[in-house]
Amino acid sequence: MLRRLTPSLRRSLLTSSSPSAAAVPGRWGVPLTEPGASLPHTLLPQWRLCSSAASHSSPPTPPRPPSPPQGPKRPAGGSTVSSLNPAEVAKFAAIAETWWDSEGPFKPLHLMNPTRLSFIRSTLCRHFRRDPNSSKPLEGLKVIDVGCGGGILSEPLARMGATVTGIDAVDKNIKIAHVHAASDPSTASIEYICTTAEDLVKEHKQFDAVISLEVIEHVANPLGFCESLSALTVPNGATVISTINRSMRAYATAIVAAEYILNWLPKGTHNWSKLLTPEELVLILERASISVQEMAGFVYNPLRGEWSLSDDISVNYIAYGIKKVEKASVESN
Amino acid sequence: MVGLAVACALSNMPLTKHLRVGIIDSNPALKSRNYLKKDGIPDSRVSTITPATMSFFRDIGAWEHVQQQRHAFFGKMQVWDYTGLGYTRYSARDVAKEYLGCVVENKVLCNSLLLRLQEENRDIEKMIYPTRLVSLALPSKSRQVPTSEATSSGYTSGELHRSNLVKLELSDGQTLYSKLVVGADGSKSNVRQAAGIKTTGWNYSQSAIICTVEHITENDCAWQRFLPSGPIALLPIGDNFSNIVWTMSPEESLRHKSMSPEDFVKSVNNALDFGYGPHPRSSSLDFYMEKLFSDVGSTAASTKECFEVPPKAIGVVSERMAFPLSLKHSHDYVSKRLALVGDAAHTVHPLAGQGVNLGFGDAATLAKVIVDGVSVGADFGDISLLKRYENDRKAANIAMAAVLDGFQKIYSVDFGPLNVLRAAAFHGAQYISPLKKNIISYAMGDTKWPLLL
Repeated sequence: MLRRLTPSLRRSLLTSSSPSAAAVPGRWGVPLTEPGASLPHTLLPQWRLCSSAASHSSPPTPPRPPSPPQGPKRPAGGSTVSSLNPAEVAKFAAIAETWWDSEGPFKPLHLMNPTRLSFIRSTLCRHFRRDPNSSKPLEGLKVIDVGCGGGILSEPLARMGATVTGIDAVDKNIKIAHVHAASDPSTASIEYICTTAEDLVKEHKQFDAVISLEVIEHVANPLGFCESLSALTVPNGATVISTINRSMRAYATAIVAAEYILNWLPKGTHNWSKLLTPEELVLILERASISVQEMAGFVYNPLRGEWSLSDDISVNYIAYGIKKVEKASVESN
Repeated sequence: MVGLAVACALSNMPLTKHLRVGIIDSNPALKSRNYLKKDGIPDSRVSTITPATMSFFRDIGAWEHVQQQRHAFFGKMQVWDYTGLGYTRYSARDVAKEYLGCVVENKVLCNSLLLRLQEENRDIEKMIYPTRLVSLALPSKSRQVPTSEATSSGYTSGELHRSNLVKLELSDGQTLYSKLVVGADGSKSNVRQAAGIKTTGWNYSQSAIICTVEHITENDCAWQRFLPSGPIALLPIGDNFSNIVWTMSPEESLRHKSMSPEDFVKSVNNALDFGYGPHPRSSSLDFYMEKLFSDVGSTAASTKECFEVPPKAIGVVSERMAFPLSLKHSHDYVSKRLALVGDAAHTVHPLAGQGVNLGFGDAATLAKVIVDGVSVGADFGDISLLKRYENDRKAANIAMAAVLDGFQKIYSVDFGPLNVLRAAAFHGAQYISPLKKNIISYAMGDTKWPLLL
């Protein structure tokens, strides 16, 4: 599976990074499982190197973030080490009160929210074969929002009909999310728990869809985190992850501009070296038995003050994958 | 009317069908939901519907009801002024369309929207609150600072839910709670005042007289002549009837309102013919213009059409109503859980009949923004969502208000050189084909911005 995916991934990454090769299939985003045209020969050695590196669990060229698993894969729920970074948890607790202030420190998330949700809506509608014209297309689906913060993603998911569980490691966030959701009957049923993905895995909880947006760049161990997300997803369920690319453009816009010039984010919100490239994310997810189906980028239009989906994944991007059934995950090890 | 359009648009779209919409209006016209007879005398309150508004009505399924009632398409329009120096004839053929617009009585528009709403909602009686708004209390700004005390201090969940909604008290003693209030209550909007939203604007020290007149034959063209005191428009409304919108000073309007019907008809015919100045003629200016632009290339089809005199009125068949004109623009169109549409957000000079079209443009955009919000699970009373409606409409509405205000100012001065300039502008509009097409498209609501060729 991994060998089959990697060439198409490489191809699509190359496609999306060079503007001249704009013929990306789909409305937006990069379908990753349909390689389409054959791969140019010049790329073959590279991807072979990459995929063999990955399957032998020695770190490939992208240096730090995907800390490679040593030895056999950890059994789901067997880990006692949390993937959370205590310093990151403290950082978010300090600004938790302001979660629902659309002009406050979480302004970028508020602005981006409709765009993230339209990706989630359309991929989940396709995945679960739901009617996109329904006002509650996610009715009856169990969805977990990992790293829910003040609940700005959980609430819209609940309005779309999903049975939502929101978890966050910061107790203050959970309190805020709970109080805020309680003031609207359509969101009052959301279950907010102060816990971590790892702990829920130990309780053998599973969900039809697992969503974790703008979280993986803050965790100490991305692979362990993805394995937990995978363990929380039912076989053939959906996983959606969004994060920031580790590119020069991301450094310039998401860190320098957003944190230092525009003051959109508190300084130090993102640490560049902890960011993942889309390629790394796909490899990590692949190892956690999630096969990425589609990716899309978010681009910001400063004139309209709005975000939109695009195939440019050089800064903010989102990925949707399917949790493979057990057989496939054995194969990838 | 615009508020009904919002309700109609929402109930017509799959994503917003389920929303419970209430209409607060004490107007008894909301009770009659049958086709209005075509043989009566047309009401003097009419709207000139642009093709853009027409397609909005088609989209929401209300146009077929308009078609069953009285309406009058017109494919020609003639604009001229009292100096006799210039005229412009617009024709739908210039922009390859069948018509430029359609004149419809307001009560027909209202009725059509109601009929459509009834098709989508069987229990329409429950939607309509035939009463008035007494007070409106917006939720405190601070859903954003929910503290843990709020939950522990013994709020029941119902109280908590309501504290986040708009509270409306009605004159019949009922109290409603709503996620979003749409203020479509006209230029003196109570909703706008209750929300404390300020307006900018001025009165034009002009009044408009409206009424219905009868001709011997059917009128098929929209006529507008600029007089020293303001424009007079004669709009076809079907059969042998036309609608008059005549702008003049408030004193004159009182005089015209109270004069005998015979004198009024005489006065109208005079104003649309030789009154205040001669007919425009082919002049040497035309000769040069034609020569100039025939070299440039294609001229609009209507260039060669001669000036015509509008059909004479033989009698005034409705009450004459006079109302003062003003320009008013609301500083904000939205606040938390509140949106203003139509005249509540902006009142423009009626000289090109654009006011109501801007209102329907608001309704279409607001409904779309709500649909977009619902599709991504947003709270559609959320200010950041509603701001998208405001951003979209404000610029377009201000542009139109400014264009109409400019027209009004240009024509309210009688000064020799300015008259010549104005005439030259008319000639330009008559002969420069792209300019003409653009003016038509803008007036038809096809393009959002004036003069982007």
